[in-house]
Amino acid sequence: MSDAAASSTYPHRHILGIEGLSPDEITALLDRSESYVEQNRQADKKKSLLRGRTIINLFFENSTRTRTSFELAGKRLGGDVINMSVSTSSIKKGETLIDTAMTLNAMHPDVLCVRHPSSGAAKLLSEKVNCAVINGGDGSHEHPTQALLDALTIRRRRGKLQGLTVAICGDILHSRVARSNIHLLNTMGARVRLIAPATLIPIGVEQLGVEVFHDMTLGLMDCDIVMMLRLQQERMHGSFFPSVREYFAFFGLDYMKLANAKADALIMHPGPMNRGVEIDAEVADDFGRSVIREQVEMGVAVRMGCLEILTENLDRTGARNI
Amino acid sequence: MTGRDDTPGMIAYTNARLIDPASGLDARGAVLTEGETIVEAQPGLFENGVPQNVKNVDCLGACLAPGLVDIRMHTGEPGEEHKETLATAGRAAVAGGVTTMVCLPNTEPVIDDMSTVEFVARRARKHGLAKVYCYGAITRGLAGKQITEMAMLAEAGAVAFTDGIKALVDAQIMSRALSYASTFDLLIVQHAEEPSLTVDGVMNAGETATRLGLAGIPVEAEVIMVERDIRLADMTGGRIHFAHISTAPAIEVIRQARARGVKVTCDTAPPYFALNELAIGDYRTFAKLAPPLRAESDRQAVVAGLVDGTIDVVASDHLPQDEEAKRLPFSEAAFGGTGLETLLPVTLELVHNGHLDLLTALGLITSKPAKLLGLRAGRLESGAPADLMIFNPDKGWKVTDDKLHSKSKNSPFDGRPVQGQVLRTVIDGRSVFELGDKP
Repeated sequence: MSDAAASSTYPHRHILGIEGLSPDEITALLDRSESYVEQNRQADKKKSLLRGRTIINLFFENSTRTRTSFELAGKRLGGDVINMSVSTSSIKKGETLIDTAMTLNAMHPDVLCVRHPSSGAAKLLSEKVNCAVINGGDGSHEHPTQALLDALTIRRRRGKLQGLTVAICGDILHSRVARSNIHLLNTMGARVRLIAPATLIPIGVEQLGVEVFHDMTLGLMDCDIVMMLRLQQERMHGSFFPSVREYFAFFGLDYMKLANAKADALIMHPGPMNRGVEIDAEVADDFGRSVIREQVEMGVAVRMGCLEILTENLDRTGARNI
Repeated sequence: MTGRDDTPGMIAYTNARLIDPASGLDARGAVLTEGETIVEAQPGLFENGVPQNVKNVDCLGACLAPGLVDIRMHTGEPGEEHKETLATAGRAAVAGGVTTMVCLPNTEPVIDDMSTVEFVARRARKHGLAKVYCYGAITRGLAGKQITEMAMLAEAGAVAFTDGIKALVDAQIMSRALSYASTFDLLIVQHAEEPSLTVDGVMNAGETATRLGLAGIPVEAEVIMVERDIRLADMTGGRIHFAHISTAPAIEVIRQARARGVKVTCDTAPPYFALNELAIGDYRTFAKLAPPLRAESDRQAVVAGLVDGTIDVVASDHLPQDEEAKRLPFSEAAFGGTGLETLLPVTLELVHNGHLDLLTALGLITSKPAKLLGLRAGRLESGAPADLMIFNPDKGWKVTDDKLHSKSKNSPFDGRPVQGQVLRTVIDGRSVFELGDKP
């Protein structure tokens, strides 16, 4: 009963991005996700809510963590999960996105979880299929389930998001995680700071409602949360910084720089980490403050919450793919 | 002339509002043509009726102007006939009131030798639709290294020289091209975009690109190239023309250079004064253009440049792309939009919005482009070719793909309500389009 009431507050067919969602909609997704955290810690983790439903993970980029997380989420809810990895290098680019979408659509899936190297790909796909689409990361645009799992991790540790100061550090330019987190944290009333060399800060990002710093010491001052980003060297064409050594010296998170944040500041990272590049190994493994493994745990719960809400919406609107 | 069998006799276009930007004429009157030529275009002509031996076309009070002259379009032929051919481009042109068009050399093969210039002219003549002229490439194969036989290409019919949608990047080659071209008083046309600043870029750099997670092309990519080439033109005495100028700083630099007396001209295209980067919305690939749609402040600067005359000409920038090239994620989709059939109505928005009067707006797409490239076109005067456009400047219609004659449907104005409709297009005295002709 409470489930039905909660689902009404996330009324959309897809989860394509955080931008434009209301605080209520985000809270609905987080609340539902949180309800799965305990279940995932039990010996019997399986429910049958999605029995008979088909979930397809369609990944055009290499991914182990996110794909596994979506796969576990679907299976724990009792759905049938298929993984499709399409290497973009082996096929003529782009054509496959729509062609593959049409092919998969004909197999009547209920939810497509898609990751693609081009911004806007999830949106384009959602226009061509009858099922629900979850954006599992599109280019440098958005990665909504990552922002949701980050928010759930913070909320469980701090009890709220409102009023917290969150520093997002590193390769903002190429990061869909940063964009989704900026939208989510701003919407929920947190203060967002970005810390990076000027070459990794996108033009006009201040207009998204963030404060930009180029100095870790200043930027981390009194922060509640320190969110590190992976340096995405595979997306870098040309030189954005002179060397990994210099980058780590000025922008890598070590205890010296971390000392400027609040004493109980949480350390987060969406993974996979480059130890010694953006984060010192010791800091990453700091048992008291690093919540990096907890983020992974929340990831499964968030994807379960999202899958459940979207299938409910399909049932409610009668927009089933038949 | 050995009069062809179908050479038209005398035709009177009566009951018209004559608009001739070259002479400033805007008055009720009529035009008399004989064969392929205008005999007379006068206010008050045939007020007391048309002689028996003259065929009468009653314009019913509509506007009659010279056919449009479009100095920047892609034919697709030779090389990309699946996107557009000279025949389909010709049909799109006459449906849009365009009677003369100048195609870019980015064909396959590149228009960099005399045989290709002649091929295009011969193929276009065969279709008997809009008259087609072409640019010659500045450098062989558009490779940016070795200049073409410009003087011979010019004799074969190339009206000016450009590497088309590719910028000529090497400053040394550009200065040589300008200098050599000045020997024969030839015009060099540049697509001003510094390529090293646009690597991976797919839209205007700024907040919108950041939100969409798309790599940006900064305004500086245009103005840097414009500033450099103005210096080179000044140094060599060559004539430089910048195509599809899109940014406020570039327009300001051109304005100042002109004031100093540098031989520099420029054009823009309708998307740059009628749209801004927000037209991309949620990754609309029909709005992916080169140069990219810019910020609203740039759009306003383009309008101001048209109003004060810094921008000399409006060209369609017609670049057809098939569905396969546009139905892709934004960063993978091809650049470019069609424009032949929206050139008139979107330019007339400048009139309907009160920025320009009708004569000035039409001048940008008739007499001024003809004068820039030395074409015998774009004027209503006795002895000129009978290339005419009869249109209703106020009639509204909506741009939809079923109304477009172009083989490709990638209009950046898709879905836009516009005002200004072509009723009839006449080329060399023959009616080649009448409203109602099916796409």
